[in-house]
Amino acid sequence: MARKVLVAMSGGVDSSVAAFLLKEQGYEIVGAHMKLWDYAEVGGDIYRDGRCCTIDSITDCRIVCDAIDAPFYVLNMSKQFRCDVIDNFVAEYKAGRTPNPCIRCNTDLKWNAFLRKAEEIGCDFIATGHYAKIEKRDNGRYCLRKGVDSTRDQAYVLWGITQEALAKTLMPLGGLNKSEVRQIATKHDLRTAEKAESREICFVADDDYRRFLRDWDDKHGLVAAPGEIVHTDGTVLGRHEGTAYFTIGQRRGLGIAYPTPLYVQKVDVANHRVIVGGDESLFQSELSAEGVNWVAIEAPGEPFEAEVKIRYRHKPAPALVTPLTDGSVRVTFKQKQRAITPGQSAVFFDDDILLGGGVIA
Amino acid sequence: MEQVYLDHNATTPTDPEVVEAMLPYLTGSFGNASSVHQFGRDAKVALENAREQVAAVIKCRPAELYFTSGGTESDNIAILGTAYQYRKVKNHLIIGATEHHAVLEPAEHLKSREGFDLDILPVDNEGRIVPDSLTDRITDNTSVVSVMLANNETGTVQDIEPLARITHQYDALFHTDAVQAIGKIDVDVAALDVDLLSLTAHKIYGPKGVGALFIRQGVKIAPLFYGGGHEKRRRPGTENVAGAVGLARTLEIAQKRLQDDYSRMSELAEYFIDGVMGKIPDVHFNGSRQHRIPSTVSLSFEGIEGESTVLSLDIKHIAASSGSACTSGVTEPSHVLMAMDVPPILGQGAVRFSLGRSTTREQLDYVLTELPPIVEHLRSMSPIYKSIKQ
Repeated sequence: MARKVLVAMSGGVDSSVAAFLLKEQGYEIVGAHMKLWDYAEVGGDIYRDGRCCTIDSITDCRIVCDAIDAPFYVLNMSKQFRCDVIDNFVAEYKAGRTPNPCIRCNTDLKWNAFLRKAEEIGCDFIATGHYAKIEKRDNGRYCLRKGVDSTRDQAYVLWGITQEALAKTLMPLGGLNKSEVRQIATKHDLRTAEKAESREICFVADDDYRRFLRDWDDKHGLVAAPGEIVHTDGTVLGRHEGTAYFTIGQRRGLGIAYPTPLYVQKVDVANHRVIVGGDESLFQSELSAEGVNWVAIEAPGEPFEAEVKIRYRHKPAPALVTPLTDGSVRVTFKQKQRAITPGQSAVFFDDDILLGGGVIA
Repeated sequence: MEQVYLDHNATTPTDPEVVEAMLPYLTGSFGNASSVHQFGRDAKVALENAREQVAAVIKCRPAELYFTSGGTESDNIAILGTAYQYRKVKNHLIIGATEHHAVLEPAEHLKSREGFDLDILPVDNEGRIVPDSLTDRITDNTSVVSVMLANNETGTVQDIEPLARITHQYDALFHTDAVQAIGKIDVDVAALDVDLLSLTAHKIYGPKGVGALFIRQGVKIAPLFYGGGHEKRRRPGTENVAGAVGLARTLEIAQKRLQDDYSRMSELAEYFIDGVMGKIPDVHFNGSRQHRIPSTVSLSFEGIEGESTVLSLDIKHIAASSGSACTSGVTEPSHVLMAMDVPPILGQGAVRFSLGRSTTREQLDYVLTELPPIVEHLRSMSPIYKSIKQ
């Protein structure tokens, strides 16, 4: 009997082609769309194109599944998404950090609740349209490798997946470029072939996270208290409307006239202060990362060299990774890196192999 | 195994006899019922005959019956139309807690956007409204009270007449959504003492996209649409003649079969409920065993999500539903079960099986074979079930 796969479908071209390719490879496909949030709750424009969790996207999934003769379901995961991702997103900003909700969603929703749903309905695997590869290594561990399309490597956001979950995951797009994926979709007349892609935070429909937090403030109470903007030299330069609206390295939106460009250096929640200074003081050589998950390797006992990526659009930089006894790691870069930001993820690579990752403390 | 369809409360297949009755009005007699020529006259006659037939079933005058696109539209005209019409003198509405969204959402819209006061009537554990709760809430400022005749999720049937009687003492209007009742139990607007009543064709083997609203003679209503004199300006738009003819034929057939269908559904449903209860532990029946449309069976399986059960059944070619169907296919926690004080953990586990004319004992036996292992499998993966059992 054909192995059965629950394919996570957003309504975009990537997951459509993932489902199509697996069907070609002989798997039995079940399509599913995770309904994660409502526009009524998160704000933004419900009629905008190219967004997941809209009726139109769900319709696109249905039509694609019908074309490959697969059943399709909408799974309501909005309650879990609200507590695991949205509430966490708000809490992180409130605590002065800059969260990556996609990583949180991958770890807590897709490779947890969604995988469980797959097992419930008798599927052997789940599949997604991520541009990354999963391989079983000689040491018996499942590893993630960067996809061949270097412009949209998505291994970075997948560091939190456990070994058990990786063993049950298929990522058929790891060996393809985006243009090839579109060609496949066009050639086989998949409805989503030409669809624009969204690469921002899905539940912040207008890509304006400050608007999102402000709306959240109005509806659910204060996210951040206003306070002073202070220079690293101690001078008070002005006021801000809430520490949550700032992220490290940010230059725009400070509302301060100053002879040289100023950047956010630190968000000091306890004193409601945003510390600003020149670009040069943004460079640091050390970070510590918590909640570490090891992927290609067992938890190491000794320090090791790796290339470490500290945000989605960061070029991995050589560093020494030192495991500490409490399960966290210390990362020491060979060269100082700009804007190391608490809340973002530090992910360790050996060339294209993802070794592990954690959240920057 | 063929497909087993146990979702008749969502919709039903159109009876071939109904299709046959409609066909002439889609082809040869295609005229616009408002036209002056022969084509128009033919269509108009068919439309008015249909109106007479439908009126005869619910025992109103043909002039009190207005064709619409279905239940949602009828409910919206009833709620919004009366609220707007009387807003200068009265601005208070009362609806039941277990109403369909087609009543709930216009009422909530009036409250949140238009400054109306809205009261919700609570229900008991079986989903029935206690008349006292209406007495406690109704005032001289109340313009309309809306309570559904039969519930779509549980099949619970309300005692409408006492509620309507109380309503009329306050010079307010009473509306009932009879979408899930019409054609399954006797629906008589005089006996129910209602001023407005919504019905639709597709729940009882008629076509989708046609329904009707009964508006008692003398009741004023502000139209929601403008653009012509059709349906006495209360619902303008070129008449759906074939649909109206289909609705009339649908109701005619349903009335003829009413007693037979009712006893057959009761028998099959009891057989099914007993079968499930006998084979699966920790199952709860939602609703009223006594006051209900027998074809609706809502069961909660402890410790598992209704969504997972429904998906697993679909894989076995059995169509059931968790919660009520909506456009996106998302299952939401049911406001109906929550209002009945069903514990959330059981509300999550609810599955609605709605039987119909095509349902056979053999089909139910197939479900009774497939369902127990599905529930067992899901429970084996459910930490909640394990913790309940400890």
